[in-house]
Amino acid sequence: MKTIEEIKSTIEAALPDAALEIVPNPSPSGQHSLRIQPGQAVEVAKFLRDNVELKLDFLSNVTGVDWPDKEIAEKVKVTRQGIKTVDGVEQAVEETIEETRKRIEPGYLEAVYHLYSVEKKHGPVILRMRTVNRTDQVELPSLTPIWRSAEFQEREIFDLFGIVFTGHPDLRRLLMWDGFKDHPMRRDYVDPDDFEYEPTAHDDVLRRAQEHEAAATGQQPHQETGAGA
Amino acid sequence: MNPSQGDSSIIAQRPEGLPPRTPIEPQSEGELLEIAMGPHHPSTHGVFRMDVTLDGERVVRLKPVFGYLHRNHEKIAESVSYLASMPYTDRLDYLCPLTNNWAYALAVEKLIGQEVPERAEYLRVILGELTRFQNHASSIGFLIQEMGASGTPLMYAFRAREKILDLFEELTGARMMVNYMRFGGCRVDASSAWLDRTRKVVANLPMFVDEFERLLCSNEILMARTQGVGVLRPELAINAGVTGPMLRASGVNYDVRKVDGYGIYNRFNFRVPLGDHWDVYDRFMVRLLEMKESLKILEVALKEIPGGPVMDSKAKIRGLRPKPGEAYGRIESPKGELGFYLISDGGPNPYRYRVRPPSLINLTILEDMCLGHDVADVVLIFGSVDIILGEVDR
Amino acid sequence: MLGEGILKGLAETARNFFGSYFSAERLTTVEYPEQRIAPFEAARVFPFLVYDGTDWQAGLRCVSCQICEKECPPKCIYIEKSKDKKPDALGKPQFYPARFDIDISVCMSCQICVEVCPFEAIKMNTEFELSTNDRFGGLLLDREQLAKSNQYYHEIHATEAAEVDARLAAEKARVAAKATSIAAARAGEGA
Repeated sequence: MKTIEEIKSTIEAALPDAALEIVPNPSPSGQHSLRIQPGQAVEVAKFLRDNVELKLDFLSNVTGVDWPDKEIAEKVKVTRQGIKTVDGVEQAVEETIEETRKRIEPGYLEAVYHLYSVEKKHGPVILRMRTVNRTDQVELPSLTPIWRSAEFQEREIFDLFGIVFTGHPDLRRLLMWDGFKDHPMRRDYVDPDDFEYEPTAHDDVLRRAQEHEAAATGQQPHQETGAGA
Repeated sequence: MNPSQGDSSIIAQRPEGLPPRTPIEPQSEGELLEIAMGPHHPSTHGVFRMDVTLDGERVVRLKPVFGYLHRNHEKIAESVSYLASMPYTDRLDYLCPLTNNWAYALAVEKLIGQEVPERAEYLRVILGELTRFQNHASSIGFLIQEMGASGTPLMYAFRAREKILDLFEELTGARMMVNYMRFGGCRVDASSAWLDRTRKVVANLPMFVDEFERLLCSNEILMARTQGVGVLRPELAINAGVTGPMLRASGVNYDVRKVDGYGIYNRFNFRVPLGDHWDVYDRFMVRLLEMKESLKILEVALKEIPGGPVMDSKAKIRGLRPKPGEAYGRIESPKGELGFYLISDGGPNPYRYRVRPPSLINLTILEDMCLGHDVADVVLIFGSVDIILGEVDR
Repeated sequence: MLGEGILKGLAETARNFFGSYFSAERLTTVEYPEQRIAPFEAARVFPFLVYDGTDWQAGLRCVSCQICEKECPPKCIYIEKSKDKKPDALGKPQFYPARFDIDISVCMSCQICVEVCPFEAIKMNTEFELSTNDRFGGLLLDREQLAKSNQYYHEIHATEAAEVDARLAAEKARVAAKATSIAAARAGEGA
């Protein structure tokens, strides 16, 4: 099978305005992926499925990944005009100091597609698509019209991550019930407070158990056998 | 349609001499009936619901509804270590815990570039094929039970399954939730006493398969109910991501054991059964023939298993922290292609852990297969998909 | 003939039915609880703590390192370390668990705690008839309920216990040999 660079050039030769990017994979598995833009995703997918050499007719796996916002603290050297008193005389002086600047790099949701070929018996070719952010711009085009196997898997990603797939024939929740709010697989998902008795509570569960006790009884948490404070 | 000797695939044969099904005319005029089959239902292989819209007896629309067994296994895996996820994989496809373990171990070994010693590979093949045998036997047993045979073939299948589960218990300590594979091999070595007992069990299994075949294959009720029912065209099957015996019963020669050749499967000479009528009877026959092929692999593997360690000496069990990266590892589980997709960020827990469930993806075309058939056929078509809810819902 | 397949199937069933009177292979029912199958040696149900000797508190092998607590997948082990130390089998003062609870309604018998324990202190029991009426605390086994003697361990897992004893004896011999060689070196220097 062709390498990922060869596949990229094949697609670019056929669809010149497809903005592709290779996402390298540092692990020993060597499975590098190709990032495609949502705008041209359907054409790229159709090309990959119908191209005579690649014939990637089997979509094996569709995965959602949540990459939350990252707070990055950088040390930046800043040159500033300052006023300093030197020997009693005020002078305008340039001073260079190091400042720690914090910025939020916006997170995104990602859909990863693993493609194989039943006819040519090769694969995997991995495609990735990223949303703009995690809050309001979470649409991606659905590849269900190209590969039918994406139908349930994209529904599951919509259910558990919140990516809205435009063009999906029947986009509704799959594993959670229809009236459920929130998306459980996100990294910042908070479980609802339906705490049950657990005698060997650890770490996070222990803390929530004690909070639950205090809230429920309005008193300080009391010692229980096995779940001691 | 005779199997050619040089080919690695064989076509499932069927006995002749039955008149074709008569087509059903539309029965009612006007109202459609919406019923919910399940989740409390003896034939739905677990807690599974199908919202079926009927025109008389004929299916007009069918929507599968599941999620009753959803335990969010993928999120649990993000909060425990790689080793601690292994017992949870047992509970995915709970009829075949060893193949689930193997798929997860394979994915992690791909992620960290871990070698597996030869004896461990042979043990994995032996246990994997035993698992495949008992899964296909149970699956056929459940299918016939849903046809109304009130349990006789199922109990025959379970009689053979009990012997295999006893072997598992002797080796791993548990009948079903085995927690046996590790990243770099297997947890404990198999003693020569165990191998001898396995050889004895495997020597008796062909008699069981022949008995099963004699009981079922030319049974007229079975043939009348399953031939021509639930036809799945090969192009639709490939496009819908169907894998496993269901894909091979639609005539597509795609077996991950042959395509990827993971482990040491390229050392074994086995054929891939295919169907050429693409219906429920073919799926049943493909599973039966795969049981026979599994026995062939087992005989060879049990003869050739070498000595040596079962765990790579450099393998790390506790405190595994793979370098950042990702890997997708897949095997041919008895239900289809079971894959694990792992993303590591360098920490002790996986960043993203995804199970590609063959049962869920095989259900994508359940509606297409059932349209136009009777309600009674829906149960059979669904039984021939052979799903298990632990995997569908995770 | 139409119906021939069904008759062949019925012949198969008849062979199995009448055969079950003659061959034990075909009669597979074991009428539990009057008849029981002997458990396999490797069978595992729930963990227990091993102690050497007769006093379970003095001979408890566990040194409260809490590795099993960290590695347990459903986190069903709860350990509280003691404040003082007591001498262990090799004579070295070690911590011991002031509290060691396992919730067996959560435990999934995966045996990872046994695998990671560096002190051979926790092993798998084979007792499974443990049902109780107490819904909340009844399935929480504490230190005393979990502690079973090494002799009991030999009864349920004979070969495994023999291997563990051999390993511990070898470790003890190695430590003793090292101690005597250090003492000899010191005596040699002193003289």
